[in-house]
Amino acid sequence: MVVLLGSPTPESAEVYARTVTEGDPSWVGPLAGIALGLPVFHVLEEEVKSQFDAAVYQEQVEIMESVLDTDDIIAAMKNVREAVGV
Amino acid sequence: MSHPVVRDIRFFLAHTPGLVRHGSKPTREIHSNHSVWQDIQGSLRSFDEAAAYAPHQVLLGNMKPDGLNTAAAPWYENMLAEYSTSGPHGELVNEDQFHGLLKAADEFDLVLLEEGYAARVAAELRSHPRVTDEEIERIQGVPYSRIEERLTSREGAIPLLTRDGETIGLVQTDYVDDASLAPDILLENLAVKATATMALRSVLAESGTDPAGLQYVIGSGEEAIGDRYNRGGGNLAKTVAEAAACVNSTGSDVKAFCCAPVHAMVVGGSLVQSGVFPEVAVVGGCSLAKLGMKFRGHLAKEIPVMEDVLAGFAVLMGPDDGTSPVLRLDSVGRHTVGAGSVQQAIVEALVADPLDRLGLKFGDVAKYATEMHNPEITDTAGSGNVPRTNYRLIAALAAQRGEIEKGSESRDRFVEQHGMPGFSPTQGHVASAMPFMAHALDDLRAGDYQYSMFLAKGSLFLGRMTHMSDGESFILESNSGAG
Repeated sequence: MVVLLGSPTPESAEVYARTVTEGDPSWVGPLAGIALGLPVFHVLEEEVKSQFDAAVYQEQVEIMESVLDTDDIIAAMKNVREAVGV
Repeated sequence: MSHPVVRDIRFFLAHTPGLVRHGSKPTREIHSNHSVWQDIQGSLRSFDEAAAYAPHQVLLGNMKPDGLNTAAAPWYENMLAEYSTSGPHGELVNEDQFHGLLKAADEFDLVLLEEGYAARVAAELRSHPRVTDEEIERIQGVPYSRIEERLTSREGAIPLLTRDGETIGLVQTDYVDDASLAPDILLENLAVKATATMALRSVLAESGTDPAGLQYVIGSGEEAIGDRYNRGGGNLAKTVAEAAACVNSTGSDVKAFCCAPVHAMVVGGSLVQSGVFPEVAVVGGCSLAKLGMKFRGHLAKEIPVMEDVLAGFAVLMGPDDGTSPVLRLDSVGRHTVGAGSVQQAIVEALVADPLDRLGLKFGDVAKYATEMHNPEITDTAGSGNVPRTNYRLIAALAAQRGEIEKGSESRDRFVEQHGMPGFSPTQGHVASAMPFMAHALDDLRAGDYQYSMFLAKGSLFLGRMTHMSDGESFILESNSGAG
């Protein structure tokens, strides 16, 4: 099982990534204190992007690459995976 | 048949730190942990801090939106030395005055104010030109013992507190078993009525419009007025028309989440152009549920809880007068059911299609007004910079069509020229495009540019009935005087 995120900011991507790996960092949701340890990726990451049909990616996602802080989102995802070891 | 024009718009803002506890998020969190309120209370702004906050001065019309590009940031730490609680586009009242206006709007003894407080507030509001003598008479108080007794003896009442924590009144229901008339909902709806009424009175008076000349009022807010058998039945519009003495007016509400004001403007313009109702107002009251919505993020960063302001607006539309900006009904951008919910498809439908229809390029629209949420409120709580994202999306589409160069440099230049920093409180429908309209009317009248586009999106999926999004747009054009 892999969790796929589409959240629009590095901060929100990190929160969701942490939630499904080491548990809800805000301690308010049902996954507070529950470390699921699931592999988690963002749709803008190359590992995911490369598996799309290019035409579908272009129509559904590509334009957001130039709109969002894509590099920071990818860095946030990598940081969480490395820190949690998934 | 006559082209509809937009004559004027006014905003009504109320700084209500004491009501932050009744926002949806704070209410839920205080319920599970009472100490949360102490944390919030310690981070609430004073009235002067809220007034001297640069984004609010932009909304009041004392500063241009682009002025925020050069204003010292963060704005919450760099209060303006010169500011006013009123301006050409609206006014800001303090929480005491607003509590008085809640009582003034109350025709069913839903609000009880402590007698000393009520007398003080009534005296303060007596000199306000938009508050009637009849309303001042209505601001009567009761002994504190009665408020205390009502709050503790039975269900169906919630306290009204000031920022300092003083209990100065309550809101009560007379139908404890009716969830649609629960006191928190009645408070929400009274706040909507009060803010929309004050905005409509202001725009009528300051534009020299006789309230009796108005024929139709359209409500465009997110509130749900009604009892258990007709939850959300509404007609805030007619309620506000009555309160603003528009005796020859009728009205109804348009419901479309944050997108409703743009839908309402298009409906209003159509009523004007068809001649069915030539004199129309579009109003939107506040969104009390959103007070303190992102307080967790603000407390975590040790910055003020900035969702402490309620906002309402009122717009006047009418037949072509030869000077007011024209609402181009042939420019309406529509997000159809078949358009899908992908961001790119939405922006194509709302921006590219109307431009194509009018034979315009992206750069021909001098300023785009989109969701104008203040990024200091959203970005600091992990929700991103909403207007910047929207402007980048428009720029990306312009680049895709070869109208601007690809790359971040060209994109950022487009965003700076055709966009602006967000300056609206996170008040849902109020924040959607409407905050820029007052500035656009000024600029279009002054001949600074010819076109401004207003676009809004709505999150229909929040109601759990559909996965769809929504959106609509229109272009305002300077009036050539040709009729």
